[in-house]
Amino acid sequence: MNIAVVLKQVPDLVEGLEIDVSGKAVDPSSVRYILSESDDHALEEALIIKEHVGGRVEVFSLDTGEAKEAMVTALAKGADHAVMVNAGLDSAPDNHTAAQVFASIFRDKRFDLILTGVRAIDDMDGSLGGLIAGFLDLPYVGLIRKVQVEAGGTTLIEKEYPGGCAAELAVTPPAVLGIQAAERPPRYVPITRLRQMMKTASVEELLVAPATLQPIGVVRLFKPEEGAGAVMLTGSLEAISQQVIGLIAERHLLR
Amino acid sequence: MIPTALKIGPVPGWAILWVLLLLSAGIFAWRVSFLVRLLRLGRADNRFDQIPARLKQVLVYVFGQRRLLDEPLVGIPHVLIFYGFVVFVMATTGLLLQGLFPNLSIPTAERTPILATVVEIFAVLVLGGLAVSSFRRYVLRPKGLQLTFDAALVNILIAALMVTYLLAEGFHLVVGPAEKGVWLPVGKWLAGPLGESPWLQAHALTFYHLFWWMHVLILLFFLAYLPHSKHMHLLAAPFSAFFSQLGPPGRLPAAVGEKVRLGAERLEEFTWRQLLSAFACAECGRCERACPSFQVGEPCSPRQLIHNLKEQLLRYGPALIAKARATADGGEPTLIGGLISAQELWGCTTCLACAERCPVMNEHLPIMVDLRRRLVERGEVDTRLEEALRNLARYGNSFGQSERKRAVWTQGLDFKPKDARKEPVEWLWCLGEYAAYHPSLLGITRSLARVLHGAEVDFGILFEAERNFGNDARRVGEEGLFELLRDKNTATFEKAQFHNLFSTDPHVYNTLKNEYPDLNHGRHTAYHYTELLADLIGRGHLKVTHPLPYRVTYHDPCYLGRYNGVYDAPRRVLRALGVKLVEMRRSRGNSLCCGGGGGRVWMEEIGDVHARPSESRVREAAALEDVKILAVACPKDYVMFTDALKTTGLEGRLAVKDLTELVAEATGTGLAA
Amino acid sequence: MNNDIVVVAEHFRGQLNEITFELLGKGREVAKGLGGKLIVLLLGQDLRGFISELGGADVVLAADGQEFREFTPDIYSSLIGSKLKETSPRLVLLGSTSAGLDLLGLLSGRCAFPCIDSCVRLEAKDSGLIATSQVYGGKVFVEVALPAETTLVAVVPGSFDPAAGRIKGNPQVQALATPPDMPASRVAFRKLIEPPPGDVDITIAPMLVGVGRGIQNADNLSLAEELAAALGGAVCASRPVIDQGWLPLTRQVGKSGMRVKPKLYLAFGISGAPEHLEGMKQSEMIIAVNTDPNAPIFSAAHYGVVADALDLLPALTEEIHKTSMKKAS
Repeated sequence: MNIAVVLKQVPDLVEGLEIDVSGKAVDPSSVRYILSESDDHALEEALIIKEHVGGRVEVFSLDTGEAKEAMVTALAKGADHAVMVNAGLDSAPDNHTAAQVFASIFRDKRFDLILTGVRAIDDMDGSLGGLIAGFLDLPYVGLIRKVQVEAGGTTLIEKEYPGGCAAELAVTPPAVLGIQAAERPPRYVPITRLRQMMKTASVEELLVAPATLQPIGVVRLFKPEEGAGAVMLTGSLEAISQQVIGLIAERHLLR
Repeated sequence: MIPTALKIGPVPGWAILWVLLLLSAGIFAWRVSFLVRLLRLGRADNRFDQIPARLKQVLVYVFGQRRLLDEPLVGIPHVLIFYGFVVFVMATTGLLLQGLFPNLSIPTAERTPILATVVEIFAVLVLGGLAVSSFRRYVLRPKGLQLTFDAALVNILIAALMVTYLLAEGFHLVVGPAEKGVWLPVGKWLAGPLGESPWLQAHALTFYHLFWWMHVLILLFFLAYLPHSKHMHLLAAPFSAFFSQLGPPGRLPAAVGEKVRLGAERLEEFTWRQLLSAFACAECGRCERACPSFQVGEPCSPRQLIHNLKEQLLRYGPALIAKARATADGGEPTLIGGLISAQELWGCTTCLACAERCPVMNEHLPIMVDLRRRLVERGEVDTRLEEALRNLARYGNSFGQSERKRAVWTQGLDFKPKDARKEPVEWLWCLGEYAAYHPSLLGITRSLARVLHGAEVDFGILFEAERNFGNDARRVGEEGLFELLRDKNTATFEKAQFHNLFSTDPHVYNTLKNEYPDLNHGRHTAYHYTELLADLIGRGHLKVTHPLPYRVTYHDPCYLGRYNGVYDAPRRVLRALGVKLVEMRRSRGNSLCCGGGGGRVWMEEIGDVHARPSESRVREAAALEDVKILAVACPKDYVMFTDALKTTGLEGRLAVKDLTELVAEATGTGLAA
Repeated sequence: MNNDIVVVAEHFRGQLNEITFELLGKGREVAKGLGGKLIVLLLGQDLRGFISELGGADVVLAADGQEFREFTPDIYSSLIGSKLKETSPRLVLLGSTSAGLDLLGLLSGRCAFPCIDSCVRLEAKDSGLIATSQVYGGKVFVEVALPAETTLVAVVPGSFDPAAGRIKGNPQVQALATPPDMPASRVAFRKLIEPPPGDVDITIAPMLVGVGRGIQNADNLSLAEELAAALGGAVCASRPVIDQGWLPLTRQVGKSGMRVKPKLYLAFGISGAPEHLEGMKQSEMIIAVNTDPNAPIFSAAHYGVVADALDLLPALTEEIHKTSMKKAS
């Protein structure tokens, strides 16, 4: 099984983010980047598939944010090859632009499965996986929690639905899969190994033609107003408890 | 009259003795050399430095039996048996030599004044000691003490040696009086009743010879058996004491090298000293009884750890000796997942109670950490711990909070602490992540800042540049993470300007003092904040204006007390505040760990909630008459005990207070303006 | 391009999903404003029962067949895509759901239609249609002007009022024919996996005590259980708690879990990621407790407290007991 995994860097919400002066984008200087969580799961699921049925796992990422560390970490976890894609972009693009770049790369390479996280926190224009599949006319299924490759190559997946239900679907590769959660939490790479890898690992640099799509027409970005939203209750623990119970009692909800 | 002068059948006694001696000594020597070859499977470890200091260790701990004497019920009998053994070695040598060379006149103990008496009396004392220890072993049945056949046999053999000696002597005296000047009170006392029976009197010589031979045979058997039983601790203990760690226990050995796989799980990956622990261990169970995790019901036991190492060594070591170098796969099953489970390893809080109590100076911690290092190297880390480690690597704190928020606690102060990155300060305050980020502790941190400010201490902090100092990351086995954190902090220290440093957190204190070599090249000294407070109060820079009339008990943190010997400074502070200090039974070196060390705060709590060490500890404090305050000097203790008060329902009965809070109250300086 | 609005209907286990009605309601409003028709695309099997519920639509294009019985993204997107390319409506509304999101990317890529995700508001302004999406874990809103071409918009369930779309009636029904050159499906439905049966149905509990990561470990669940018992409600949780295995799947509230609308929802240690909000933001009264004053949950809650859940849980339970004792005496 030849598997490609597409990794994306997104702003780390722990550090908070600010909107830039124009009001149309996030201020990149206020942002620290981290690997999108579901992409981490996609990588893990790819490695699990490789453990079960053998094959190769190659990771791809656009050259933005702290992508190098994510690539090396992927190699340390067991990926076979890492490719940093340079599309002449100086900031993280929208998913259409990114999908166009990846579609052009994957059109020539023969991958059985292309895995990526089903969504990232900065998705505004559809999931990357779905768009790549759309551009390449490949099947796509998203919100996946398990992938099992059978003997003939048929890929069985579990797709999550509301209410805790899931559908078992059979997909004929080549296909794109949007992973929600891997079967196991993403594996840990000890820092010693990561540091060693940083010194020895090589990441392929792939130069592609710059992207041409128009980004979506953002009018403005704004944060929910401070103060709009909940009425905040303050005071000692006891005072707050009394207020809360009072609110509940007002609605005749106390037994 | 020397028993071996006579013939037994056609062969002279001395000839038989020679044969048996050579046989027994041969078995002994062969076995000991086999054990030494097993030890040589281990990695190198230079423990041949500082010979005088090492000899002192042997003197104090082996000949002085220092650690055993803290439990008199076992200590005193053991001292008697130990010295009985020493004395008997001398007596036996004489006896054997006489037996081997019946024609020569050898000054045996029997015929030497004073020595004869001493040996005799010791025989009785040893029997007395055995009686007490057997009572303890078989009737009282302390936990952790394994009732094995081996142990029983050893006790029987020792007893038999004493009894046969005394009986031989008794019958000898029936046959004829002692040599001139030799006083044998016990022998005489025995000879009395023995001599009364005419039949016994008639056959006294035969009985003398019989018991003489029995004594010798048991002795030779014991000699051969010794290195096959746990009693080999007799041989190994002086060496384990001689080769014990002279440096501070708070300094763990670093990773071996870049090319070598981190950690250990196979015999050849441990050092020879670690393997020696297996032979030195007497399976007394003192470590296990002191272990807080074992008390909670976790499978974690220091005794079992050493025992399993011994099992692995005896079972698979021989095959490894045969193949000079093991193949990558070894053929030797790994310890982890084999004799030792991962759960056992994660259960340890690294409190050091085990090593503190071990009479043969075994070092359980580095073995445990080496095994954990291997688990981390294999990526076998559970989710909660993994998250903490990832946060440490990325954000410099295990809470996953932005590093930019590390100094948010200063916003509650009406002054701005000095920035040691920008201006020189006398004291650098290394807060540690708990004091800087944990919501329950920020008030205490601010209090300390005000107290120091009020006492005009020239201190500064590193603001956002401070990172977790790595003590617990190292003890969890993530050596690479520890190095990463240490590198970052060291670079920050180099750019900052300060004279000495202190920390609110004993874990931080421990690693700064012992594991940051660049700090310790005489340039800066690390202190704990209680040492600083004690000094300030002592010199009058902090004045106690409102002496506190409370009855207070103090909990010694593991990393301050056992690890670094700081017991008195916090107590001086408390006494200077005017409180009545009441000690818990388990205080100072016997303090019970709160259960949060060794990365345990980052792991799932397993085991019965109500058996947790923190609960046991608050109950112990609450049981002290009229004591309302449990004083702590470690932020993790504060958090653990505050939680324990809730789960035990003791919140009304006892309060947990950091020393800072008490100092603030007594000096009127720590409270908010 | 015409001024029609297309709604892609969703159904599960013989029922039209509530999101369909939300989209219908909003679709009707926009279609009226533009002077276009409201068209519903309905794929499945045995669809007759649904038609009368879709009275709000002008036309229902139905593809009724065995191959559409269960949702599979491949043929659904092929068929819908070819129809959209043929008709070029102004706007296509889908649910930002498991099925809808699959279609969003596929359709956008295949048909070269621009698309907008995570929409929570849609308004017609002088400048045109403006969609507002909620991104970055709920911390940022993005206003996007819909381009002047067929645009796909995926709407977060719970954003619009379903009542506006629940109109019984008799819309015109046309068969949605499968084009002859439509490729065979590469995704086949095998079976539905149900979660193991749970003890409590949180969708019918009148009061819910929700717990998130702030609960820190499984032991503290007992605090939540006690409060729930005192209130006569049940304990539910956000995804991280379920992923840890501290509670079964049937207690999960959110996008992949249950949608709940209790009279009272108490959120303890829940940050308020959109995936969770989706499942509970329509509760009648939401009181949120979190140590982070900037947690997104506070923008969805009616009342908020910045405190440690582990402190407030027992305090509230005690207060309830005190109050009921006062009542009794």
